[in-house]
Amino acid sequence: MQTDLLQEARRQAEICNACRYCEGYCSVFPALHAERAFSDGNLTQLANLCHNCRGCYYACQYTAPHEFDLNLPQALANVRQDSWEDLAFPRAAGRAFQKNGVLIAVATVIGFALLFWAARALAASGGDGFYAVLSHNAMVAIFLPAFLFPLLSIAISLRRYWRRIGAGPLRLAHLHAALKSASSMRNLSGGHGDGCNFEDEDRFTHARRAVHQAVMYGFLLCFASTSVATVMHYVFDMPAPYGLLSLPKLLGLSGGVLLTLGCVEMIRLKLKSDMALGAQGARGGEMGFVGLLGFVGFSGLLLYALGQTAVMPTLLVIHLGAVLAFFLLTPFTKMAHGFYRLAALAADAQR
Amino acid sequence: MTDPDILVIGGGNAALCAAMTAAEAGARVLILEAAPKPYRGGNSRHTRNFRCMHHGPLGPLVDSYTEDEYLADLMKVTDGKTDEALARLAIRTSEECLPWMQERGVRFQPSLSGTLSLARTNAFFLGGGKGLVNAYYRTAEKLGVAVEYDAAVTHLEREDDRIVRVDYTKDGTTRSLTPRAVVVASGGFQADTDWLARAWGPAAKNFLIRGTPYNRGVVLADLLDQGVEQVGDPTQCHAVAIDGRAPKFDGGIVTRLDCVPFSIVVNKDAQRFYDEGEDVWPKRYAIWGRLVAAQPDQVGYVIIDAKSLDLFMPSVFPPIKAETLPELADKMGLPAEALVQTVERFNAACGDTSGFHPTELDGVATTGLTPPKTNWARPITEPPFYGYSLRTGVTFTYLGLKVDARAQCSIGNRPVANLWAAGETMAGSILGQGYLAGFGMTIGTVFGRIAGQEAAAYAN
Repeated sequence: MQTDLLQEARRQAEICNACRYCEGYCSVFPALHAERAFSDGNLTQLANLCHNCRGCYYACQYTAPHEFDLNLPQALANVRQDSWEDLAFPRAAGRAFQKNGVLIAVATVIGFALLFWAARALAASGGDGFYAVLSHNAMVAIFLPAFLFPLLSIAISLRRYWRRIGAGPLRLAHLHAALKSASSMRNLSGGHGDGCNFEDEDRFTHARRAVHQAVMYGFLLCFASTSVATVMHYVFDMPAPYGLLSLPKLLGLSGGVLLTLGCVEMIRLKLKSDMALGAQGARGGEMGFVGLLGFVGFSGLLLYALGQTAVMPTLLVIHLGAVLAFFLLTPFTKMAHGFYRLAALAADAQR
Repeated sequence: MTDPDILVIGGGNAALCAAMTAAEAGARVLILEAAPKPYRGGNSRHTRNFRCMHHGPLGPLVDSYTEDEYLADLMKVTDGKTDEALARLAIRTSEECLPWMQERGVRFQPSLSGTLSLARTNAFFLGGGKGLVNAYYRTAEKLGVAVEYDAAVTHLEREDDRIVRVDYTKDGTTRSLTPRAVVVASGGFQADTDWLARAWGPAAKNFLIRGTPYNRGVVLADLLDQGVEQVGDPTQCHAVAIDGRAPKFDGGIVTRLDCVPFSIVVNKDAQRFYDEGEDVWPKRYAIWGRLVAAQPDQVGYVIIDAKSLDLFMPSVFPPIKAETLPELADKMGLPAEALVQTVERFNAACGDTSGFHPTELDGVATTGLTPPKTNWARPITEPPFYGYSLRTGVTFTYLGLKVDARAQCSIGNRPVANLWAAGETMAGSILGQGYLAGFGMTIGTVFGRIAGQEAAAYAN
């Protein structure tokens, strides 16, 4: 980890600990006020607990031009960003992609190319619908490892995280508390329930919270759609394509719409927000990731709309290419934050 | 800009309460705030709560807090130097203010950690006073209140019983306005250290100012010079002992040091000068401002040992640390031999410490020592040793504009027809000395609302 980022976060946390005015905003402050001195592990945990709601910044009497120059949202965002890079497995991949939107785009294009190559080289013989382009077995051969590798990578990272912050044994109650908090984004409610500060300085709104939930639940619905389809395929011997009123389609369609609109709106909010309150130099990577995620949703919807037309094979390959890039990059992009966030919330539930 | 109906001078809590109230009554209101936008809000930025009378639970407040109990608390800290009628008005009105504040965007939070004793009496602002100020500016803007920052009022031109013109500077030019009514809510004069030095003596040059550097008392002086009725002792200011390394201005809450009861405090000659364990710190931090001010160079030095380090709220600056007392003396610029002697004498006077209890008066006292330490007296023996410097931090001044129950200013026995005052600049009308936590915001809110209402009624 970068010691200068940790040192700056420590300096600011010590000032916050002597003030305590922000105690009611979120989970960070009660956790911060429970310490007298801040180890690197403490700071890493506080950083991952912080949802960047910015309430504390706009309420702070010590922000610049005051000589204390507090900007806790940014100090914690910097540590958080650095922790994702440092804890990534392999580390070099985290360093390469987390802040680099261009590289994320390049990886996506490589995903397209791979899929085009696969569609040509492993040409399907006699499948229906999408499987006429790429056989089910070929898809599984590509996506199973592309799904399992990120899972393994994230598992290793979370283990590293848990050790670094010195958390105790994980119990179901901790996980339950974490999921409960994340499911409602309680930490973006501002403590008073008016929401957070983001797109319009000190005005409290639910915009970011709502948009984040659209993205999160949209993604989870899409993921559920694929999972349900997998079960239908293998367990019930009901291969795709599925009708409009089938479970995979209902989940996928609603999820795709939420995900696409959520990502568009998230980018719009981010463009309106003050960059100086987020991690330094991370915007490219964030935008690249949100763009990729939104594109996964959007290309999926297009595929549904134009699935019966001549452009279907091209769209399918593009959609699958984006999905492939998204999966493989999950541990090394902003997507990883969800896992660290859950871990931080679970660890906080131990306090 | 066209002349407003009502000009509010100042941009803190009282000013905003006046501006919102007047705008809600239909007046066109302009706020002139001397500070730039990041520093708007005066000392309200540093506040954290509102002391509030209530019958039964109200907002974040538990139980009840009656008018008589509130007044009794006030009388205790001011030694009776209080205008009872105005104090009762502020106290009685505070109850309806809390929901009024909520309606205008203020959000409260449960009593902060370390302040549980105030859970019944004081409602804490979520995010502190700057959160409150931000919410009020948002609400005021929605009500059509105009705000100019970096706008320093220099003079109010009076003709007979009316203010006819207000001069201010902005962007290096002098401008004038002719509002129908004026509300002065621009605080005290504590940031003008020359004025402080004239009132207190040259020692005041060494004082730190806990709040905004923009409360320089320009408008206050201008009005007093014109014979507007004054109130309060000019030599008096509310001062507390704070970390000597605090910035000259605007250090705010974080510069407080809560370790004195567990320490010995010496002056620059390494001599003790007062009973450090006289009472719990919230009841003593104010007198220590004066005690330190009376020492050479207006500085004190707090000495504790390892066993006391975790007994108080963390400090914003880390303590100076040393393995031996001579080394600590060296690092703090104290005479080493004298410090060792003072500590040895103190240690020898300590007795049975088995009854030590950090959060209550434990009677663990010294014997045969002058000055004594009457509670929490444990020998300073366990390295490492830690030290802090203490300086006098001024919170506010008492000299101000005398107002009546309608928040109106006067000259002689006649009211100034279109001049009202609210907040710190008239708090001396109620508080003669001392201070009760959260009462400044009560005065500002109650009298800000009254001033806004009266000014709007006059202007309409």
